[in-house]
Amino acid sequence: MRNVILFIRRYFTFFTFLFLQVLSLWFLYSFNKFHQAQFLQTANELTGKVNGRYKKVENFFALGDENRRVHTLNDSLYNLLSRQYIETDTTRRLVRDTVPSDTLNKYRRYYFRPAAVIYNATSGEKNYIQLDRGAAHGITENMAVLNSDGAAVGVVVNVSPHFAQVMSLLHVRQKVNVALKKTGDFGTLEWDGVDPGLLLLKGLPKSVSVKVGDSVVTSRYSFNFPPGYPVGTVAEIVSDPGTNFFLLKVKPAARFYNLQYVFVVENLQYSEQAQLDEQTRKRIEDPKRNPR
Amino acid sequence: MSELIRNSIRFILFLLFEVYVLNRVPHLHRFISPSLYFLFILWLPFVVSPRWLLLIAFVTGLTLDYFTQSPGLHASACVLIAFVRPFLITVLMPRDNSDFNYREPSPQSLLWAPYFIYVLILTLLHHGWLVLLEWMSFGSFGDFLIKLIASTAISLLLIITVELLFPRNMRYRTNVGG
Repeated sequence: MRNVILFIRRYFTFFTFLFLQVLSLWFLYSFNKFHQAQFLQTANELTGKVNGRYKKVENFFALGDENRRVHTLNDSLYNLLSRQYIETDTTRRLVRDTVPSDTLNKYRRYYFRPAAVIYNATSGEKNYIQLDRGAAHGITENMAVLNSDGAAVGVVVNVSPHFAQVMSLLHVRQKVNVALKKTGDFGTLEWDGVDPGLLLLKGLPKSVSVKVGDSVVTSRYSFNFPPGYPVGTVAEIVSDPGTNFFLLKVKPAARFYNLQYVFVVENLQYSEQAQLDEQTRKRIEDPKRNPR
Repeated sequence: MSELIRNSIRFILFLLFEVYVLNRVPHLHRFISPSLYFLFILWLPFVVSPRWLLLIAFVTGLTLDYFTQSPGLHASACVLIAFVRPFLITVLMPRDNSDFNYREPSPQSLLWAPYFIYVLILTLLHHGWLVLLEWMSFGSFGDFLIKLIASTAISLLLIITVELLFPRNMRYRTNVGG
């Protein structure tokens, strides 16, 4: 026993080293699995406060740019107002029969919340963006994030009471369902960590005609992104003779370097959709419960 | 100024510089990711015991990690260099240390050539460990090597610039305080 204690005392530094090393590796690997790191919620609040201070100064230098963008967006919204349209024919009426109606005869599917970006990185392979809105403002995980032009930016992966972390499209684990605007065919948008100016669109069959410059928009099959919002334009077509699918390089529509204000989009039916999907998978793919 | 205050200020400045300058500058190239914050660990005084060194390094790395959303990544690399640092210093310390009374590793205390070796080895270790951890999750071995060399080169360039810009001339430990 004495020898054991002596041994431990002799190599105490080494054991401290081992302990700290194992601790940090555990932090690292548990984070990658669940996106929920140890103490991250608390740390999020702290780093959020520092980031907020810094952003106040930085915002000042980019006000002009952002104003112009907001103006453009307002302009396009004015065009959507109902008073810009005149009804020419009173005998026709628009009927929506796909979704149940509430008293306003409309069923809201997506809800937009504005948020400011307080931290943003583009230099790594796993880039996250921090927003100044959190669980207290109704933000939850899996909400989509669009920039002030309406272009896709990322997906919320973690929230603390007053801040939220967004996994940017520039993240090697990100996968978003997108579609070609022209034909509606869909594929998966990924990023290989190489060039922040080029995203990869995989899984688009070669039977589709694609040209450089075609627009890519969010797909109607995505659970979190509202359909039809711009993602980017096709920059290069890589035709791999080994497969039946295109590999498209897509130039992102959002400029990740100077993000300032974003919209966090909630799909109000997300949980129902996700639950149904999961239940279906369980029912069909679990061989024990359903012997075939 | 006491050692504690001086090093606390350094800690804050290095981390702020890392988070708000080096992580923000537009991407030079996908292989080049400059970093400088670990110079804080290289500059800690000689009197800090190996155990405290490990703990301080862990806290430094973890603080940066919480800013960059990668808990454990930098902490792990920092703990590694803090573990190796005492051995390197024993090897590189001038032989004749009868009148050796510098406070912390610097080009003046260890002389330029040994100091450069000290920085080079620890930078290589730090970046090597970081890139290795990233490489294990994805990427290829070629990328791993090029990234290690490129990041080490740019960090060394930064460190030498810092050494020339801010010569630390708190040379002698006095009898009172310190």
